[in-house]
Amino acid sequence: MSGALAPHLDAQANATRVRRAAQRRRTNAIALALSLAAMAFGVFWLVWILVETVRLGVGGLTLQLFTEMTPPPQAETGGLANAIFGSLTMVGLATLIGTPIGVFAGIYLAEYGQRTKLGAATRFINDILLAAPSIVIGLFIYAVVVARMNTFSGYAGILALALIVIPIVIRTTENMLTLIPNALREAAYALGTPKWRVIMTITLKAAMAGVITGVLLAVARIAGETAPLLFTALSNQFWSSDLGRPMASLPVTIFKFALSPYENWQQLAWAGVFLITVGVLLLNIVARLLVRDRI
Amino acid sequence: MDTRVEKPAPALREKPKLAVRNLNFYYGGFQALKNINLDIPENKVTAFIGPSGCGKSTLLRCFNRMFELYPEQRAEGQVLLDGDDILSSKEDVSLVRAKIGMVFQKPTPFPMSIYDNVAFGVKLFESLPRVEMDERVEWALKKAALWTEVKDKLGQSGAGLSGGQQQRLCIARGIAIKPEVLLLDEPCSALDPISTGKIEELIHELKADYTVVIVTHNMQQAARSSDYTAYMYLGDLIEFGRTQDVFMRPTKKDTEDYITGRFG
Repeated sequence: MSGALAPHLDAQANATRVRRAAQRRRTNAIALALSLAAMAFGVFWLVWILVETVRLGVGGLTLQLFTEMTPPPQAETGGLANAIFGSLTMVGLATLIGTPIGVFAGIYLAEYGQRTKLGAATRFINDILLAAPSIVIGLFIYAVVVARMNTFSGYAGILALALIVIPIVIRTTENMLTLIPNALREAAYALGTPKWRVIMTITLKAAMAGVITGVLLAVARIAGETAPLLFTALSNQFWSSDLGRPMASLPVTIFKFALSPYENWQQLAWAGVFLITVGVLLLNIVARLLVRDRI
Repeated sequence: MDTRVEKPAPALREKPKLAVRNLNFYYGGFQALKNINLDIPENKVTAFIGPSGCGKSTLLRCFNRMFELYPEQRAEGQVLLDGDDILSSKEDVSLVRAKIGMVFQKPTPFPMSIYDNVAFGVKLFESLPRVEMDERVEWALKKAALWTEVKDKLGQSGAGLSGGQQQRLCIARGIAIKPEVLLLDEPCSALDPISTGKIEELIHELKADYTVVIVTHNMQQAARSSDYTAYMYLGDLIEFGRTQDVFMRPTKKDTEDYITGRFG
């Protein structure tokens, strides 16, 4: 029994040690195999989606896609020009409206209202908004804007998309600002910097890469949203740059065309899916590059 | 011991730059400083030593009202800068902090170029033409003994410098706004011995122009680089005097035990 207190292991204890090590290696191998399998399962579907998108979408990728309007059923030619324009306009303007509101609200939550009741309430409501199904937001804008203006419009679509952007940007801005170490803030205050200037020139700047990533992810999210546009911007078969009238968009067009029995519409739907996928992919790559190259 | 008795430093031959009078400090309900009375001489280096949690950093943070950032922290008493109480003064806290610079434990370069790091504070208080700003940046970086290392890369990010260089950049940033007092809160605790040596040399040179107060955990550093030393324990100022006296002939048993490494 003196073995437990001896300076070295005896042969039997050493054998136990070797056996345990082998056991740990086996457990490790099993865990590794399981996580590789899980990863392979995920990647398998993702790659399949990408392959199908490219296979079915590339065929419709012609010059007419960008120059011609959405065609009637069984037409010879036709493109998605009006839908592409509508999507870019609505996504762009919704981002322009939603980003400053989201960033400023995020600044309030992280820098001013961290421990206040108003801050806690805002954060709670924002979480609900963040988790709200987008169709709820679509119906809300329908009731509040479309029903009152008596017309579907680009404006309504922009509002609905902005309402999706805002909570995402608020959340990422707040999180990114909270990650900035207090030491940096104190160092800025120690020079006699006023609070607004500390935020605008030091903390927000230090958090900028994360905030931009949040905005880009929000853009990627609304670029593919269909539900909030169905009841707001509706769609438009023709070219329209009038935001007061119904406006075409890629997701709604895809939705309509993919459900149809017409082959030319289905082909255009796949081309639209391809465009959105490539666009979102590019946005993600840009977001990653921005984060990587930040000082 | 009776902490109510005022204890102006007996050996203080110099004019006091900062004077602490009956200072009590609270973190919420916890009292971190107990009736501190202390004179800090002008153009000298004063070191605060003591075990962790003794209140030395807390005391330092009263000198530029840094604690005011946190609503649960509060100070009672007086901190006099050239005779004017900075705690009760109606003066804008920014102006107090412009006169009393601070460098922190971890280097905190701002997310901008080396040049802009130094110019940042200057721009808050002065509008200098470009040429004069260039001169000021060069002057501050030279004073912080960093100029020769960075003069060819002023446009690069401050975050790209080594830890020791970053800390000297922070000192340059503090000096650039021409303060009167420089507070150093364990400025070398995150640095290697060579960088530490450079900062200590720098501290020695800085006292010609500034009143320096340094918090340190390193006994040798306090002995090497300070003229006066304050030993604190559990929120009390136990002993204060000329560094050589405190280290060679401490009057309190507590101080002697701490300095010789018997506890702390």
